[in-house]
Amino acid sequence: MAEPLLKVADLQAWYGESHVLHGVDIEVREGEVVTLLGRNGAGKTTTLRSIMGLVGRRSGSVRFEGQELIGARSDRIARAGIALCPEERGIFASLDVTENLLLPPVVRPGGMELDAIYTLFPNLKERARSPGTRLSGGEQQMLAIARILRTGARLLMLDEPTEGLAPVIVQQIGRTIRAIKARGFTVLLVEQNFRFAQTVADRHYVMEHGRVVDAVSNAEMAGAMDRLHGYLGV
Amino acid sequence: MLDDLLFQLQIGLPQVALGLVNGAFYALLSLGLAVIFGMLNVINFAHGAQFMMGAFVAWMLLNWLHIGYWPALIIAPLIVGAFGVLLEKTMISRLYKLDHLYGLLLTFGLALIIEGVFRNQFGSSGMPYAPPEALGGPPVDLGFMFMPKYRLWVVVAALVMSLATWLVIEKTRLGAYLRAATENAALVQAFGVNVPRMITLTYAAGVALAAFAGVLAAPIYSVNPQMGSNLIIVVFAVVVIGGMGSILGSVITGFGLGLVEGLTKVFYPEASSTVIFVIMAIVLLARPAGLFGRA
Repeated sequence: MAEPLLKVADLQAWYGESHVLHGVDIEVREGEVVTLLGRNGAGKTTTLRSIMGLVGRRSGSVRFEGQELIGARSDRIARAGIALCPEERGIFASLDVTENLLLPPVVRPGGMELDAIYTLFPNLKERARSPGTRLSGGEQQMLAIARILRTGARLLMLDEPTEGLAPVIVQQIGRTIRAIKARGFTVLLVEQNFRFAQTVADRHYVMEHGRVVDAVSNAEMAGAMDRLHGYLGV
Repeated sequence: MLDDLLFQLQIGLPQVALGLVNGAFYALLSLGLAVIFGMLNVINFAHGAQFMMGAFVAWMLLNWLHIGYWPALIIAPLIVGAFGVLLEKTMISRLYKLDHLYGLLLTFGLALIIEGVFRNQFGSSGMPYAPPEALGGPPVDLGFMFMPKYRLWVVVAALVMSLATWLVIEKTRLGAYLRAATENAALVQAFGVNVPRMITLTYAAGVALAAFAGVLAAPIYSVNPQMGSNLIIVVFAVVVIGGMGSILGSVITGFGLGLVEGLTKVFYPEASSTVIFVIMAIVLLARPAGLFGRA
């Protein structure tokens, strides 16, 4: 079998003195949607941030398309074709909606055209001139996702895109993720809500204390509910 | 009473015009400081020294290489800007993780060193620099007063440069990167922008603005090592009044305070050198973030 698009092996990360990831192993194949599940503080967000090169210190291996990125700076990781939609969304207050949307530079060909993005997110076109942070929470989340669809990045990492949003918006985000998967994007998704995760993903990793402790395919999910409830404590 | 005031204003108009010229320098210098502070979070105390270097480089270009005013207006900012790149890369970039105070201390030290070197080399008496021929000759009649061509040019050049800087920052893709990086540099870098290089070039651009102002100043003030430190104290007051990091604020405040200073010279000359600091104190008490600053 060909090497997966993303192969993370023994990833360790530190924030200052505190050691937060203790050897994470995950693989994401081209075209898959894979989730990281786990409680608050399990290391899901840190895993995404470490892949992106946004933690103070990291070790182990992050291979993307066969290229080792563990020693690279975040701008080079982005240019290799990985994009992050952060948990806090990162919409810039001093930029309007269009400026926010056009901010991330195109890193390689094959990203979505602006028209296609506006078809997927019609609200963003209507509100093109509003300051980015005047949008509703759901619209800001849409903008944060839309922004990384243009750049040609092949792996999109979405950090809790449904957090704090109304059920109708969560459904809309679910449709969006399925639409971008249909367009051939690969998605690594951090979620707390595994019922939502089940509606969009192919496979799931479960994290605890900075490690991956279990892996479940979406087909096995129904049979593994008891186990998952145990990990997630719900 | 009113007639009296009007008469006083009329004979004082040259003072007001002079205030406007000073305002042009305040605006250009505080603009550069605002650009640098917005991006680097460093209060560039070497700004006055870099202004002075701009004037000296223009002088050297003329006297050593026979390169005149107009080319110097471009070449001197480039040379001083390159010096800024060197400072940022070797020293200032090491301080970003620390408190503002460290950047301020470092650049203050640099300012003293640069001034010392120039004083040692050129003495402190000052050297003349003639305005370009095209801007010599009789003063221009503005209808209500006469103004030397060169001073009029300084005001226009400062306005154009301020407007250009504002346009670049507010209306271009590069400006959007700068504004976004001011809010969240790590995220902008994670989108694939080489933020460290952008920071270096921003510092260089701010320094080049100071040097540009220095070349503009060379024919008005004598070229001497203290010319920057005399001005920079007032400019820092302007920045405090306008609000740290606001581009438009620094331009409006710069020109506005130049005018206020000029008017004070007409109506109450004794206060003309302190009026800006009085305003600064009032603004600090009433609106600590400055008139245009976001708290």
